Amino acid sequence: MNTVLVNTAVLRSEVRLFRREPGSLFWILVFPTTLLVILGSIPFFREADPVFDGLRPVDGYVPVSVLLGLIVGGVQAMPQTLTGYRERGVLRRMSTTPVRPAILLSAQMFLYGGAALVSALLVLAVGRLAFDVRLPEQPFGYGVALFLAVLVALALGAVISALSRTTKISAAIGSVVVFPAMFCAGVWMPVQTMPDVLARSAGLTPFGAAAQALNEAAAGDWPGWGHLGVLAVWTVLLTFAASRWFRWE
Amino acid sequence: MTSTPVVEVVDLRKSYGGRAVVDGVSFAVEEGEIFGILGPNGAGKTTTVECVEGLRVPDAGRVRVTGLDPIADHERVARVLGAQLQQSELQPKLTVREALELYAGFYPAPADWRPLAERLGLTERLTTPFGKLSGGQKQRLFIALALIGDPRIVVLDELTTGLDPRARRDTWQLIEDIRADGVTVLLVTHFMEEAQRLCDRIAVIDKGRVAALDTPAGLIRRSAGATVISFTPSTPFDDGDLNTLPALAAIDNKDGRITLSGTDETVNAVLTLLARHHITAHQLRVTDATLDDAFLDLTGETQETHRTKETAA
Repeated sequence: MNTVLVNTAVLRSEVRLFRREPGSLFWILVFPTTLLVILGSIPFFREADPVFDGLRPVDGYVPVSVLLGLIVGGVQAMPQTLTGYRERGVLRRMSTTPVRPAILLSAQMFLYGGAALVSALLVLAVGRLAFDVRLPEQPFGYGVALFLAVLVALALGAVISALSRTTKISAAIGSVVVFPAMFCAGVWMPVQTMPDVLARSAGLTPFGAAAQALNEAAAGDWPGWGHLGVLAVWTVLLTFAASRWFRWE
Repeated sequence: MTSTPVVEVVDLRKSYGGRAVVDGVSFAVEEGEIFGILGPNGAGKTTTVECVEGLRVPDAGRVRVTGLDPIADHERVARVLGAQLQQSELQPKLTVREALELYAGFYPAPADWRPLAERLGLTERLTTPFGKLSGGQKQRLFIALALIGDPRIVVLDELTTGLDPRARRDTWQLIEDIRADGVTVLLVTHFMEEAQRLCDRIAVIDKGRVAALDTPAGLIRRSAGATVISFTPSTPFDDGDLNTLPALAAIDNKDGRITLSGTDETVNAVLTLLARHHITAHQLRVTDATLDDAFLDLTGETQETHRTKETAA
């Protein structure tokens, strides 16, 4: 049994193909930062607000933008690619070589996970340079929360791909899932501004929990174990579901 | 000297949803031959070779490729077996060159992709993305990918389907070249002409079973109407006399032209009969039946018995 999970040639080739998709490049790498820049350009967003614990709305939107690239990549782009590979027989073709098609799946996960992290770093850098948003004061906790958020997004994407026979179905499921995911992450209403009950319920969803964990780490606290626990439980459940339902053809 | 077969299939069975698609198929492919699997659509040809390629797990039976189990020993089998699948694509934006380089990297001792690309006429297309290739170019790329691991066996499934006659002939030449290099070829097809021209031996598969296994000439000889005699008699003929001819397989009398199929024995008997009745046979033609005829004969018969069984039930 070959247990090697990464094939650098496959990963390199998938990265090269990703660079040829202007749509994915924009929505995953550019759009989150663009959103932050647009919101940050509104003067009102740069004034301290008691709702944000004395921070400015633009500070509150940094974790939201960090999660945005991850949601679009994991929930919309990756399932589309994976389902397409299965639908077109790319996985089957690979099954006849000494390299297992699982290599292609893992390459996709590394690719979208990596792209989401690049996007997150870009958001943090632009936030810091353009709007003077303080970098996370508990960087290790921030890293842990972000890493778990990436895992949960990839696992959710894998489940969507497992449930979709065709790319049309995965596009449909993806766009149904992406809006609640973005809502919970706080794209329309950062968690700090949500009514208490709503914030609590959102905290039970993967991206709601991720947003709250990132906020805590940004403010210098260790992210609450409750939020990290929610992320971990979702990751385990979704990974289990994906590996159970995923079909190679 | 007896050599171990390169591919060995013994009593292979595979069902989908209770329907037996492959129902006890056995054959052995010897080193260096072009072995054909011929059969009507839905006969179980592709499922059979998918079991050989290790893409499907057989329900029962034994499959060995160079003595190895394609499921248990997948990686070792994949190193010596190159496959061109009936329906598969590559990433649409992957270029020809990138595909060749990527797949070459999957094998421990790959063939050099440059001469391979040249031989397949892909040199001009190296920077073209897969999605922009024509049907024929895609097929040629898949042949190249099947050969890139420098395999001992290649499995080609419905390779020439959808190609124009010219491209088809070029592909046939290519398959002969591949064999000339010492590679064993397992060729799945439903084109008689292709099988007749290329294959050393053919397994005719029908309804999940091997209906016959022989050389193309052997299959033709073995079918009931291996020889076809046609002529226009100078005076009308009594069909009754013709019906008593030895080894007669079929008879047809249309617009005064008689067409008979049978064996060499039938030919001699017809000539004797004509001479005895002082009849001149205008435009007398004696031709060998084609694999087409043999195939219809082989698969048609089973259809007949099948139908009778159904009516009986």
